[in-house]
Formats: sequence, structure tokens, C-alpha cells
Amino acid sequence: MDRKVYFNNKALPYLLLAPQLAVTAVFFFWPAGQALFMSVLQQDPFGARVVFVGLENFAALIAEPDYLAAMWRTAWFSLAVTLLAMVPALLLAVMADRVARWATFYKTTLIVPYAIAPAVAGVLWLFMFNPAIGSVAWVMKSLGVDWNPTLNGTHAMWLVILASAWKQIAYNFLFFLAGLQSIPRSLLEAASIDGASEARKFWTVVFPLLSPTTFFLLVVNLVYAFFDTFGVVHAVTGGGPAKATEILVYKVYYDGVHALDLGSSSAQSVILMAIVIGLTFVQFRFIERKVHY
Amino acid sequence: MLRSAARQDWLPHAIVWLGIAVTAFPLYLAFVASTLTPQEIAQAPMPVLPGSQGPANYGAALFEGTTMRLSPPVISMMWNSLLMALVITFGKIAVSIVSAYAVVFFRFPGRMFFFWCIFITLMLPVEVRIMPTYEVVSDLKLINTFAGLTVPLIASATATLLFRQFFLTIPDEYVEAAKIDGAGPLRFFRDVVLPLSRTNIAALFVILFIYGWNQYLWPLLMATDKNLDTIVIGIKKMIGTGDALTEWHLVMATTVLAVLPPALVVILMQRWFVKGLVETEK
Repeated sequence: MDRKVYFNNKALPYLLLAPQLAVTAVFFFWPAGQALFMSVLQQDPFGARVVFVGLENFAALIAEPDYLAAMWRTAWFSLAVTLLAMVPALLLAVMADRVARWATFYKTTLIVPYAIAPAVAGVLWLFMFNPAIGSVAWVMKSLGVDWNPTLNGTHAMWLVILASAWKQIAYNFLFFLAGLQSIPRSLLEAASIDGASEARKFWTVVFPLLSPTTFFLLVVNLVYAFFDTFGVVHAVTGGGPAKATEILVYKVYYDGVHALDLGSSSAQSVILMAIVIGLTFVQFRFIERKVHY
Repeated sequence: MLRSAARQDWLPHAIVWLGIAVTAFPLYLAFVASTLTPQEIAQAPMPVLPGSQGPANYGAALFEGTTMRLSPPVISMMWNSLLMALVITFGKIAVSIVSAYAVVFFRFPGRMFFFWCIFITLMLPVEVRIMPTYEVVSDLKLINTFAGLTVPLIASATATLLFRQFFLTIPDEYVEAAKIDGAGPLRFFRDVVLPLSRTNIAALFVILFIYGWNQYLWPLLMATDKNLDTIVIGIKKMIGTGDALTEWHLVMATTVLAVLPPALVVILMQRWFVKGLVETEK
């Protein structure tokens, strides 16, 4: 990983690193440090005194039914988004991989949603499912479903899940397609000669060979569902109705910016940091393994 | 691959077309709504074919904004989005390419330490440090400034990793040849490294442009001033809270305008886009 030949300047490398390190120190490390620091402090309501409270903020958080509810909600939201974004993507990739004609057109069309901001994706779905004017909502009402995401928490949750998953299918599709195209054709031909059906070929040859891609996407999609869906929730439901769609990232934002509860918001930030670090660690562990194989 | 029978060929096509239909439907509906009158949209179900109000709606959205002035005219928000996206994109590419150059082509005390400092930012997305970052930006008097909107986002672990990965593949002979010819590190960077990095820069451009254009949480925190509204933030403001008052024909025209630039970048630069996605995730 190191070069044998290099330049000998003393000051130049520091100069080259300076801009990025400055941004990193001021806007990443200092605030992250502050979050850690504030998470063990508590301010009295008048802001006059700050006392060290140790892990009290965390204890309070874990004892708070709202926070536990948000945690479970996030878990099931992330799982639903991940599944709904990965399964259709895999199906589409397998099908797109089989066709020769139109292949480029299919690929181009299917990757477009990647370019759409989560908040904008949310607005598109909000429009379709708007109980008063939405076309899909109209179809559902004609079928006898009393659809109303502005009042019904379950409906609202489904709406943010669908919008979030829809946007992410494009990304998964691309990676699955790349994974499929790297499978040696000879293996598939051998299976065909042995008389394996399409389904059997998929489950015994293709799917196992895709498992590194699948695992990688699993982690990426969980990270996406945990953090990048903030825009969807903020634009579509604002965490409502009655906190039914308040996932952890939204709660950190709300408790910090609107409720101004800095101690709790910082403690929540620290918990989220631990989650990101955990997921990143899992991802890199896996990449090391992939290199060895 | 062997095909058992030609007649089975229609099935994959049919499934992909179904996928395209589901994928494209929300966008199609937005486009149709952007060409209708408010009355046509309000009568559920709205027409499924485009109407004749397109030019009027886009004109109104672009140059006037909503009637209640919940947001500035879309043209100025698009300008903000474009400026923000470009500054973030080129800023990230610039600081990352020089950092990677320093880490790969020099030996100096603290080299790996600094590299890890940059790497660790991967684990600190804005979402996990909302309040303290807000306070830092506010202490620096950067709230509601263009600098506050862009500079804090100009650091990129993924871009630095990508360039580092690529620089390690540049043969040592190139460096030796440069030294023999008396070319210094800056000359070598400009004449050899930069031209060789062209495709990597193009790939990163696509990914980062989309990242920049689609920023949401950051402008939401940093810019409360209407003049700094980006188009993504503007759409949210246009919806407001009152459902009945939402001018959906203008909102949908704005949505189409918000999707167009990043979608075009992805479609026209598809080759680099795919490369960028796959390489930055390694």
C-alpha cells in the first residue's frame, strides 16, 4: 500500500492536507466532541448552570417510552424499507440480465430515481396518496379502503416506507446487475446442461454467488433507511400523525431544533453515532473478507 | 447462456416493463399534474393524460412562485441549488485530490494519522451531529450565508479514498522520470496526476453533483433566509401545512424542474455514474 518512490518536501504535504483537515476539524470533530461532551451534562431550565450528570441523559433516554417506541419504529421501518428496496431490485436485475434487446434502455430508465432527492420522492408519493386528490388514493377508496395517512398512523408509515424504498430500488438494481454480470457464464451453461430449471439455477448457482453483493447492499440500505430518509419523513409527515412516523433521526432533529432539549438530543446523537460506527465496521469487516476470497 | 426456448423470452421483458411502469408512474403523474389547471387536479380522479396548462404552469412557477409567496420564484431557487451543488462538488473534488496526493506521494510525520482523521468522517454524517454543528456554524456567524451552506460539506472521505486508491496504481517509474527531468511535485501533479485522474473526476462529479443538488437537512438548518432557499427546500415550503391550499399544479411543475437537472446528469453521464457508484463503495 506504500509507494517506493516519493517526493521529499517538508512543508508541502501539510499544505495540501490543510484545507480538508481544517473543514474536518471545525465541522466534524469539534461538533462530534461537543455532542459527546454535552451528552454527559445537564443545563438547568434557565441556562444559568451546567452540571456534570454522567450517564444520566442516557438513562433518562432509555427510560423514556417515547424513545423506546421510536427505536422499535426505526427498526421495523428500516427492515421494511430494506426488504422492499432489495427484493424488487433483485427481481428486476435478474430479468434485465436475461434480455439482450432493449437492455441499455431498461437500465437507463430504472436508474433515474437514484437522482431524485428523498424529500422530492416523498412529495411525489404524497401527491399520489393524498386522500383528497391523489390518484392512487382514489383507487383505494373505490376499493373500499378508508385511506387517510394524515390521520391514520399505519397509513402514514406505509407511505414513508414506500417512498423511501422506491427511491432506493435504482441503486440496488445497479449493484445486483453488476453482480449478475460478473458471474461466469460457463457455470450457468454447466447447470443448463445438467438440466437445471431456471429457478433451480437461480437458487443453487446465482444466489449464492451474489451473496457478497447482497450483504453489502443490506448494510448500505440499512444506513440509508436510518439516516437518509430524514427528508422523506420531514417532507411527507413531519413525524406525525401523533409521532407515528417519528424515526430516530427525526427525533434527534425535533428534540434539538424544536424542543431545544440539548442534553437529550446530544445523547441521542451519540447513540446514532454508535450505530453508524457499528454499521461501518460491519461493512469494512466484510470487505476485508471479500478481498481474501 | 443457453436459452431453453425462444418463447420464454417475453417473460423477462414483461417483468422489466412492469418494473419501469411502477418506477416511472410517480414521475409521470407529476408531469401530467404540472400541465393541468388546479380545478382539473382537484376533481378526483385527475385526468391521466397531459392537459394544456403546461407552459402557463411552468412559467408561473419559474418566474413568480406560488401565489401566497411561500417561496421565491423557482428560477432563483434553481440557481441556488445549482450554485450549491457545483461548489460542493468541485470543493470536495479539489480538497480530496490534493489530500490524497499528499498522503500517497510524500512521506512525512503524521501521514497515516491525518489519513485516518479524514477516513473517520465517514462515520460522522450530519444527521448524528445536528445541534453541535449548528452551534459551530452559528458561532462562526455563518448562518444564512452561502459559505455556511457549502463549506462545512466540503470534506469527503469517499473521494479521498477513491483518489488514494487510484494514485497507488500510478507506476513508480513515472515519479522517477519526473524527478530525473527535474519536475517538482506540483508540476508532476499538474502534468501527470491530474490528466490521469480525468475519468475518476468525471465519475465523482456525477455522484457528488447529485449529492449536492439533493441536500436537505443541511440547508433546512443553516438557511432560514428565503433568498437562500434551494429548490428541494422550496418544494417542502410550497406544500405548507394547509392541505386544501396547496397549489399542486405549481408544486408538481417545481418537482419536475427539481428532478430534471440531476436526472439529466445521470442519464447523459451514465458510464461515469456507474463507475463512480461502484468505485466509491469499494
